[in-house]
Amino acid sequence: MQEIRNYTINFGPQHPAAHGVLRLVLEMDGETIMRADPHVGLLHRGTEKLAESKPFNQSIGYMDRLDYVSMMCNEHAYVRAIEKLVGIEAPVRAQYIRTMFDEITRILNHLMWIGSNALDLGAMAVFLYAFREREELMDCYEAVSGARMHATYYRPGGVYRDLPDRMPQYRESRWHKGGDLKRLNEWREGSLLDFLEAFCKDFYGKVDEYETLLTDNRIWKQRTVGIGVVTPEQAHAWGMSGPMLRGSGIAWDLRKKQPYAAYADVDFDIPLGTKGDCYDRYLVRVEEMRQSNRIIEQCVKWLKANPGPVMVQNYKVAPPSREEMKDDMEALIHHFKLFTEGYCVPAGETYSAVEAPKGEFGIYLVSDGANKPFRLKVRAPGFAHLSSMDEIVRGHMLPDVVAMIGTYDVVFGEIDR
Amino acid sequence: MSENLPDTLAQRLTARFGADAVAATERRGETTLDLLPQNWLAVFQALRDEAQFRFEQAVDVCGVDYLSYGQTEWDTTDVSSQGFSRGVEGQGPGRFRWSERPRVTPHEKRFAVVVHLLSLTHNRRLRVRAYCVDDALPIMPSLTALYPGVNWFEREAFDLYGIVFEGHPDLRRILTDYGFVGHPFRKDFPLIGNVEVRYDAEKQRVIYEPVSIDPRVLVPRVIRDDSRYEQAQAEATNRAAAGK
Repeated sequence: MQEIRNYTINFGPQHPAAHGVLRLVLEMDGETIMRADPHVGLLHRGTEKLAESKPFNQSIGYMDRLDYVSMMCNEHAYVRAIEKLVGIEAPVRAQYIRTMFDEITRILNHLMWIGSNALDLGAMAVFLYAFREREELMDCYEAVSGARMHATYYRPGGVYRDLPDRMPQYRESRWHKGGDLKRLNEWREGSLLDFLEAFCKDFYGKVDEYETLLTDNRIWKQRTVGIGVVTPEQAHAWGMSGPMLRGSGIAWDLRKKQPYAAYADVDFDIPLGTKGDCYDRYLVRVEEMRQSNRIIEQCVKWLKANPGPVMVQNYKVAPPSREEMKDDMEALIHHFKLFTEGYCVPAGETYSAVEAPKGEFGIYLVSDGANKPFRLKVRAPGFAHLSSMDEIVRGHMLPDVVAMIGTYDVVFGEIDR
Repeated sequence: MSENLPDTLAQRLTARFGADAVAATERRGETTLDLLPQNWLAVFQALRDEAQFRFEQAVDVCGVDYLSYGQTEWDTTDVSSQGFSRGVEGQGPGRFRWSERPRVTPHEKRFAVVVHLLSLTHNRRLRVRAYCVDDALPIMPSLTALYPGVNWFEREAFDLYGIVFEGHPDLRRILTDYGFVGHPFRKDFPLIGNVEVRYDAEKQRVIYEPVSIDPRVLVPRVIRDDSRYEQAQAEATNRAAAGK
């Protein structure tokens, strides 16, 4: 009689379905997982310690690089923490701009997720379609901030600058010419808001397109229905948030429950799952894209009607305009002090959380009154989710681990920090 | 949140646990509960299970190192003979190497564990903090039996601050490299680190060497004593009082 032993395999860190640098040590009994031990930290950069050595504003850019597919939501949590400690509030137009870009970010994130999750489970085409729309939205990022991904657009006291009046257009090249070029630039004749209006009108149909590829797809359902079931009790115990929590049927969304920015003034619904499996979470995220689109439409409408300042007029935290700086000695001094030394934040501590696409993204900020944070703690949703891996996948088959990693929507920038 | 209730969460916490066991404060709409490590588990048990609190989720657990709290590198109240120089002397974060790290004299209650709780039932948040008794070996009871989800958060606090969680089932390092020495987020750990790695072509393996870069932080750490920060002063006094 041959002796049968459990087999330990190493999944990642160089594995296309490991979403970056997840090293997963799996103890297998045949094809069945007996124990899963995720090893994280391969992307640890010490963001929190780096932030302690820099003035507050210089760390905004680090926030983009945490969860690098939902950049502006991370910034939002950070600038809100600073605003709370300093005791300032961004003008209402800035609040709407933030709301709009948070939702653009949510769509960006969910598109990335739907594409890569489908790719992991064997559906190549979704990835290509999802990236088509991602490109349009990243153009919006670029139009307001100059950077496609790491925008550093939100600042304590508002946003860096107002929305541009002109949307950049494609120029003629070997790849884009004639009717093709005309079609590409069709939405880009007016301002950024005109572009987004056209995009939103079109996007509902695009979401339907993704759904035709997956929702009733037999293979997709076989891979996701009944896989990775998270009960509501488990969801609480493991500190889950976002779609992981809502997929298990718990109606909890910070945008509704603890509204920030302009979320109290826009109309949207919170989709919920019933069974808490991978398929439910898929449906939740797809519906969230439609709801985000709805929010963007409302924000566009409001922003078109209501011009105004996008930054507080407090030169202790926000820089004066270039024009003013060159005219006025006082403004010049403010500008100089702000960009060399920064501003001092009153001593105290605060926790500010936003509903990031992946769940609750929180910043715990301790200040001792200096121009640099004393302690910055980033509470990343993916970190809490991934820690439940062992309990959720135990007893599943090896291919289900891939489905589970996909549905966790892990990004190692935020988990390893 | 709790405005429409007859008493605030802070008052209810004090009433439940007694003023000598805990100190509950409310600032900027956030409630903080300071307590002693010996009450740690009992208080969390009550906070999770009692209907008036019902904090179902432990959102976040983190360590804080209060060494050098309130210290600056640049005098803002006196006239100095130096200009705004890049070579500010000081031991702020990022300004020293491993060999010249500050020798820490025993400091009262240097490490703290901060837990953020969330009650979905009452839509309320609470911050709970306790200072570790011993600086040389900071110990705190583990919350993993109450909230399984804090497992990794406690591992992280152990990894980065060296806080030992008693009763934790699997207290390994989590974020740093395999075989890492030291606890990198402590204030006496240099920002540039201790060792660097590279592949050595001769030895045909990855080797560790002492860091070759210089510590360099451009902006000095200052605390401005403006009238705007009177509130800050009050806060610092509060904290000192709570830490006692």
